[in-house]
Amino acid sequence: MAHIQLKNISKSFGNHTALTGLNLEIADGEFFVLLGETGAGKTTTLRMVAGLEKPTEGQVFIDGVDVADWGAAERDVALVLQQYSLYPRYTVRENLEFPLKPKIRRLPDAEIKDRVARAAKTLRIEHLLDRKTDRLSGGEMQRVSIGRAIVRKPRVFLMDEPLSALDAKLREALRTELKNLQIQLGATFLFVTHDQIEAMSMGDKVGVLNHGRIVQTGTPHEIYNNPRDTYVASFVGSPPMNLIDGRLVDNRAVMAPMNFELPLTKTAAATEGRPLVFGIRPEDVYLESGAPVEARVHDVENHGVEKILTLRVGDTTLRATVPARTDVAIEQSVRFAWNADKVVLFDKGSGVSLRHAS
Amino acid sequence: MATTMITTLDRSSRAAARGLSDMSIRNLFIIPTILFLIVFNIFPLIYSLGYSFTDFRASTNAAANFVGLQNYRDLLNDPYVWSNFAITAKYVIISVAGQLLVGFGVAMLLNRDIPLKGLLTTLLLLPMMLSMAVVGLFWKLLYDPSFGIINYALGLGTFEWLSNPKMALYAVALTDIWMWSPFVMLLSLAGLSAVPKHLYEAAAIDRAGPFYTFFRITLPLVAPILMIAVIFRTMEAFKTFDLAYILTSQPTAELISIRLYKMAFQEWQTGRSCALAYIVLIMVLAITNIYVKYLNKVKER
Repeated sequence: MAHIQLKNISKSFGNHTALTGLNLEIADGEFFVLLGETGAGKTTTLRMVAGLEKPTEGQVFIDGVDVADWGAAERDVALVLQQYSLYPRYTVRENLEFPLKPKIRRLPDAEIKDRVARAAKTLRIEHLLDRKTDRLSGGEMQRVSIGRAIVRKPRVFLMDEPLSALDAKLREALRTELKNLQIQLGATFLFVTHDQIEAMSMGDKVGVLNHGRIVQTGTPHEIYNNPRDTYVASFVGSPPMNLIDGRLVDNRAVMAPMNFELPLTKTAAATEGRPLVFGIRPEDVYLESGAPVEARVHDVENHGVEKILTLRVGDTTLRATVPARTDVAIEQSVRFAWNADKVVLFDKGSGVSLRHAS
Repeated sequence: MATTMITTLDRSSRAAARGLSDMSIRNLFIIPTILFLIVFNIFPLIYSLGYSFTDFRASTNAAANFVGLQNYRDLLNDPYVWSNFAITAKYVIISVAGQLLVGFGVAMLLNRDIPLKGLLTTLLLLPMMLSMAVVGLFWKLLYDPSFGIINYALGLGTFEWLSNPKMALYAVALTDIWMWSPFVMLLSLAGLSAVPKHLYEAAAIDRAGPFYTFFRITLPLVAPILMIAVIFRTMEAFKTFDLAYILTSQPTAELISIRLYKMAFQEWQTGRSCALAYIVLIMVLAITNIYVKYLNKVKER
């Protein structure tokens, strides 16, 4: 278990800059999720913590010690990769024993047996122990590779999109299992993913990475309800936050293209008349017969528990999540309003939320 | 299948205009090869099997007498032939083991990011491209006791390599190692670069040392392709003739193929040499079969 800190990390591969001025702090025993699109620099960050990659600039601290000169072995981290990386030609048991057997730190046989048995039990792979790894399904392989990480009792668990190669059902199941495992072990986890649902459901803290920069760090709740800028707002959440251009006039939001208006609760007078982007989560948009704005239903997606409507006002479209029993048809005319407390205001130019700018 | 192949011949093509069907075009290509194979390989093979049961001598006009298994019986009881086999076995073991060590070692060195890797690999492959006879001739010069560069470089004075009965076989094996290590290197390099990089990273994370990683990950994954190299090199080494024949005439370096050559074309014991050739063939087949069985086992694991 350990506390990890990345200070002002930059990394470039030739001409390509992967990371710029990255600062990150992961507390002991925390489940930290690094969220970002493909190519945002998540894996590079992870590999630098693991010691497989050296930063061009900046320092990595594990438990307050600068580990710049430490190799992967000395850092005592465990790494689970998307492509499983099980050792071929060995059985599951031999794979689990592998990290315990190198001569330098070879454990007594009884201890090895005990740890393998315990890891197998935790991950429910006891029945697979004597099977060759190429006879396993994707989910089983990923369990074994997580098992190989936990037998070691490392200081930090690093996971590079471990669930993305699995099918949806299994991904859901392993998501819960991993989170439970982390609570049970009380270990520090650094988990990299591009899937915002994984980030939201598993992370104690989430760091959103965009083009090699950390955009926002916070609890899933903070990230979801109070995004720092329009990138985070549109990346996190499914469907994403509605972002509509407009201005403030007399404490009302006046949308630019069609001049439809919606009420706001309270705003600073300084923002009056300035070009803004209004952000509202689909679940905070509701349909009501006496509501202020008229729209047409552009599309209906039925998700069982709820329906996601795409509403059209002139050229502007926005999404609304409504209860499944709501009876609407495409091209039907509806009236909608928003939950004025939940509106997030972003500066049009910089995209930064006004709550974060001050 | 066959019918669709015939009907797909383009009716407007020149071949069709000449009245050639797909089948006859196929025959046109295959029959000469098969004829060649029959005339130069299969016919002599069967014909020599017949001779191996006779006392035929190609140097006289006397008719061949059928002697049954006499030739085989004599050969298998001949201590000289057995000593030739022992020499050959020793030669095969030394030369294949040496090629394996040098070839795999060099491949390990090359399997990383180094400047001019491509050029280096190509240059290292050169010995393999030369003709056996040429290699034999210039190694003979290199080994020369009075003006050879090997003795000069190693400061061995007038050490006899090829006319020294104790050294001759090793000298031939050394030349063979020089010539064929690149072949093992090439195959090893292919095997090594096929080992996924993330396995090495996982091993590094798992705190495995370089030896542990080598024996537990690299070697098991490269083993099948190394086995193929061993099969090829053993078969080739077993029938080495030109290299050894050119380099030395020491009886301690008389490989079975040289014995066979002498028996057939110097002593003109045609029938008996046919029998010996069959014994060699059966041995090579047996050894190869053992290897292939083992290879399949390695692959299965």
